[in-house]
Amino acid sequence: MGWRQRQPNLFMTQSTALRLTGLSKRFGSVVANDDVSLTLEKGEVLALLGENGAGKTTLMNMLFGHYLPDSGTVEVADENGTLHPLPLGHPQAALAAGVGMVHQHFALAENINALDNITLGSEPLRSFRRNRNRAKTKIEGIIERSGLSAPLNVPVGRLSVGERQRVEILKALYRDARILVLDEPTAVLTPQEADTLFDNIKAMTKDGLSVIFISHKLREVLAFSDRIAVLRHGKKVGEMATADADEKVIARMMVGADTPKVARTEMAPGAPVLKLSNVSVEGRAKRDTLKSVNLTVNAHEILGIAGISGNGQSGLANVISGLAQPSAGTITVDEQDVPKPSPGTMVKAGIGRIPEDRHHEGIVGAMSVAENMVIERLDDPAIQSRGLLKRDAIQANAEKLAKAYDVRGPGVTAASRLLSGGNIQKLILARVFERSPRLILANQPTRGLDMGAAAEVGRRLLEARERGAGVVLISEDLDEILGLADRIVVIRDGNLVEAISHDREQIGLIMAGEPA
Amino acid sequence: MIRIEPRENPSRAFAFGIPILSAVISLALAAIPLLAAGANPITAYGEMIKGVFGSVFAVSEMLTRATPLIFTGLAAALAFRAKLWNIGAEGQLYLGAMAAVAIGSGLLDISGILLLPLIIVLGAAAGAAGMMAPTYLKVRFGADEVVTTLLLNFIILIFLQMMLEGPLQDPMGLGWPQSAPVLDQGMLPPLMDRMRVHSGLILALVLAAIAQFMLARSVWGFKLRAVGENAAAARHAGINVRRSLFGVAAISGALAGLAGVSEVAGLKGYLTADLSPGFGYTGIVVAMLAGLSPVGVVIAALFIASVFVGADSMSRAMGVSSFLADLVVSMSLLCVLVGGFLAKYRILRTKGAKA
Repeated sequence: MGWRQRQPNLFMTQSTALRLTGLSKRFGSVVANDDVSLTLEKGEVLALLGENGAGKTTLMNMLFGHYLPDSGTVEVADENGTLHPLPLGHPQAALAAGVGMVHQHFALAENINALDNITLGSEPLRSFRRNRNRAKTKIEGIIERSGLSAPLNVPVGRLSVGERQRVEILKALYRDARILVLDEPTAVLTPQEADTLFDNIKAMTKDGLSVIFISHKLREVLAFSDRIAVLRHGKKVGEMATADADEKVIARMMVGADTPKVARTEMAPGAPVLKLSNVSVEGRAKRDTLKSVNLTVNAHEILGIAGISGNGQSGLANVISGLAQPSAGTITVDEQDVPKPSPGTMVKAGIGRIPEDRHHEGIVGAMSVAENMVIERLDDPAIQSRGLLKRDAIQANAEKLAKAYDVRGPGVTAASRLLSGGNIQKLILARVFERSPRLILANQPTRGLDMGAAAEVGRRLLEARERGAGVVLISEDLDEILGLADRIVVIRDGNLVEAISHDREQIGLIMAGEPA
Repeated sequence: MIRIEPRENPSRAFAFGIPILSAVISLALAAIPLLAAGANPITAYGEMIKGVFGSVFAVSEMLTRATPLIFTGLAAALAFRAKLWNIGAEGQLYLGAMAAVAIGSGLLDISGILLLPLIIVLGAAAGAAGMMAPTYLKVRFGADEVVTTLLLNFIILIFLQMMLEGPLQDPMGLGWPQSAPVLDQGMLPPLMDRMRVHSGLILALVLAAIAQFMLARSVWGFKLRAVGENAAAARHAGINVRRSLFGVAAISGALAGLAGVSEVAGLKGYLTADLSPGFGYTGIVVAMLAGLSPVGVVIAALFIASVFVGADSMSRAMGVSSFLADLVVSMSLLCVLVGGFLAKYRILRTKGAKA
């Protein structure tokens, strides 16, 4: 319980909690981490920044014993502040040394309550009696000191995402973690929930907890961390006190070059291209259910759909892309009713769809890049005649699009699963934009993309808007919506609420279901 | 600790070499029971090769045995490409055979030249019909087609016995449960004088070539591959997944039905309940050996037919049990499946850390 010792002023006690020295890890020919050294002071919040594939997760996995480094050492301070080398490749050793990790995807058993989830795994396996009361007292003590509140007696399946995350953190603290690693902790939270989380973290660091948090949201990194370390291509490329940093400096460090800022110019909206009138979708879960929503998207307009994940975004995306049949209501594209929506009819009606899960829904990984580029236009006489594929035309089309949209990889005849995530997204963009769609549905179009690729997506969407298309942009990244959208609608529990302005606080309140 | 990793770029030679190497290893493994049975494996395999390639008659027998396996192998391979697990080729084979004898034995008064094409078309249609109910249950209710197609085999077999002792029974058959013979105009002509190999083989080879071409070059094949590899993405892209599944189900059933037509109208001339010694199930083995490629099906069917015919001939010459043939076939399947796995993945030994 090292973090219980109160530190009156954390800047006075410069004792090191964790030291990584010269860590390297290769996977085949890929160098995931190259000689990375990092120190974490006691009571400090260190933000670990970097694009996808920069090596953040690999580094943390080596710290936590999931991966065995090729070279380098990890030292962790004990309760008295003395550094001890950590035996590598043993998660149990990391746990015992007081290192806790909260993953982006929670590892909780949904059918049992929070208390049991927290104590699960730290109980001796071969004992019949568990001392639940003692465990409960300990957890309540942690909750009181940290402010991380979560109902302990309710099955975790019924808790909100924010509460589940707090249960995960409590689990780490219950195991006496003195060092806490948080992997993209705010990805699933409203802005207000994120603020509360960071307040709680601050409170815990006063008690001596040291925190590493992995993020790519520059805004929160600047607001909540003490120090910033940036990884690029597996190497540590910079480290600085947060007080000395600004957004531009960090972004340049992450990318290695200036990222072009996507500039949106004001534009008068045109005629409506998509209208949903009282559309309901009966989904299997909350995330694919819509409750009688009305929505109009105009030409020359990007409509942003903000909201916490799982509030009906899938339902809305499915109905616009034709995957779900509305149980009630009408859909109009370009003033034309779409009586029986299906993916095929929606494509023909001029809707371009960028799916949320690009690997699962966007491409057929075993088929070639060229084939994936024509998969939505198999009726097109340019692609086939009398049921036989025109292979030369397909090849030429693919080469043209790969060039125009900068799709890089082992070539257009290679299986599309060999492409990187960013290049798969470029393949999908190429397929969608080359048909000059009237409406574009972009569902989480930049999730998991590096900043350069994300900026490219934004640029293409703005270009389409300029050309006269309407865009529905569904995103969990509020900053992205604030930057690109002309109008913002918040989705909550299958309902749509229009935000009056681009005000972060107000949108956050609507996301949380409070009257704005 | 053992770790399994996908191979990044398996070479072509590797992909083709592995099945051949697997076949060789399976023969080596089968030498063990041969030794146990008291036979000299070298002589035994010599007899086996002689039994397959030693004479025109031997080759003819092997090709005769391969013919139904090409049909059922294609039936399985095409369905499996779309991830439609048709295990019911055995039943569909009998549906095709029943249609063939029902029409071919003179039920309809069809003039000579039309009878054979009609038998082929209606036999295929009967097999296709056998796949409709399982496919409907799959797309409508999510019923597992492995279970439904498999169980349908038994239903069809019992139905067959009922028909053979009822409406389809040969009035001249002295009460045996067998059908009336197919009229001469309805028979698939033999390919050689006094040999059993018949033109059903030509039909099978032509269909394999068409299947290979359509799979790679047609919109139909494109959709089928997309549905099989990633149905969610296919659906999202506007491909009618249900229609694709029904289409391939019909074709798969039809091919299995043709196996029955070919056996009845090419070989036996009449129908009994033991027409097929499990050709439908062996077709699954053939398709897996072939890596679900239609051209591969032809090669795999020839291999399996060689093993069966060769082992039969060997067991007669050496005086060992003919069950050894089944053993060799099973071993070759196991070896090829393991080989296929090793071609796709590599197994690494790791020290210390968990994978």
